[in-house]
Amino acid sequence: MTKKALVIDDSRAMRTILSGILGGLGYEVQGAEDGGRALDILNAGELFDLALVDWNMPQMTGYDFVCEVRKEPRFADLRLVMVTTETEISRMSEALEAGADEYIMKPFNKEMLLEKLMLLGVEADRG
Amino acid sequence: MRNRAETSDLTQVDFDFVRTLVKQHSSISLDDSKGYLISSRLLPIARGGGFGSVAALIAHLRSRPHGKVHTEVLEAVATTETSFFRDFHPYEALRDQVIPDLIRKRRESTRMLSIWSGACSSGQEPYSVAMVLRQVIPDIDTWTIQLLASDFSGAMIERARKGVFKQLEVNRGLPAHLLVRYFDQHGVSWWLKDEVKRMVTFFQQNLDREWTRIPQVDLVFLRNVLIYFDVETRRRILRKVRRHLRPDGFLVMGAAETTLSLDDSFRRVQFGRAAFYQPGEGSGQ
Ligand SMILES: C[S@@+](CC[C@H](N)C(=O)[O-])C[C@H]1O[C@@H](n2cnc3c(N)ncnc32)[C@H](O)[C@@H]1O
Repeated sequence: MTKKALVIDDSRAMRTILSGILGGLGYEVQGAEDGGRALDILNAGELFDLALVDWNMPQMTGYDFVCEVRKEPRFADLRLVMVTTETEISRMSEALEAGADEYIMKPFNKEMLLEKLMLLGVEADRG
Repeated sequence: MRNRAETSDLTQVDFDFVRTLVKQHSSISLDDSKGYLISSRLLPIARGGGFGSVAALIAHLRSRPHGKVHTEVLEAVATTETSFFRDFHPYEALRDQVIPDLIRKRRESTRMLSIWSGACSSGQEPYSVAMVLRQVIPDIDTWTIQLLASDFSGAMIERARKGVFKQLEVNRGLPAHLLVRYFDQHGVSWWLKDEVKRMVTFFQQNLDREWTRIPQVDLVFLRNVLIYFDVETRRRILRKVRRHLRPDGFLVMGAAETTLSLDDSFRRVQFGRAAFYQPGEGSGQ
């Protein structure tokens, strides 16, 4: 079955890059420009396997999004990966404690993203 | 961009000289397609050492007895690319099956594990193993863990011993929870904590010379290194690996490598998505 991913970033350019990489891996990708929009999409009922989440976004930050998602047992299977310019180890700990599964510091490349997906067992079938 | 004027002056004679030097000292085989690779890797040494050009650097190598510059050249020619948890699946196999099995077997006897990483580059490989061990052996302090790591490159061994990595290096392959747990951040560098660092003993060892410091071990990592050698050298090294591996131990190779067709005294054992090699008759599956 086709895997589905949410790409949550207020930068359209970043959404395009990440969607391009995931699309190339065989993912069906949907974009959202902040955590609030992403929550709306999830709450509409569609199931996703993976969300790549920026930290700093207007309205709802990526961190708050992770906290909200982890309050809901029905989203327990959703793998959450922070992709952010926040590179402080304290930030990373906070995100992991809140329930993020992985963390990628920007700048990153495609290879790094693939390696992180492999760690989570959600590398898709192609690529 | 490379500067044509400086690198295109690698003549066949110079290339052959470097090729022979490299083959003799590090056993690495360079085919004719590697001319550009050589000149681009030697250019920084030629510049840094004030030789002016790669040709002048090679002329220097020719005219002097083997010394510091020769070593620098040999170390620059070797590919040292590596990463934490490279290809992940072998480490997953270690974590979920191989180490727990070994622990069960050795618990009532020696309470000792010996592991050797034979081409460790800047240390990510043995340090990844060390982190896995800390994760899966709860009473690790009551065990004797011998974790050896070697490489022929002195520069790599020196780097590895420091245990200091760039953001780019810890961003690759290393699970975030392990980064947070086992590293301290100092600006843009990430320092491995002592509890992991002190587990690994680093030393220089050319795989194609006598192995004076390698005991009998449970696991040998020879990943992404035999590919640089010719078939005879690979066979010679694999034969030695067999002699140093315990009967129930494993050889771990790179994702695209195998002992099959090289040495039929290893058996392939599949663990999930990773293949390990165990001493034993027949080539296995
Ligand atoms: C591509 S790296 C592989 C590092 C690591 N094993 C991995 O898989 O990520 C190859 C390493 O082999 C080392 N090497 C090359 N020739 C060698 C030799 N004759 N003896 C020991 N090490 C050698 C190089 O210095 C380099 O660090």
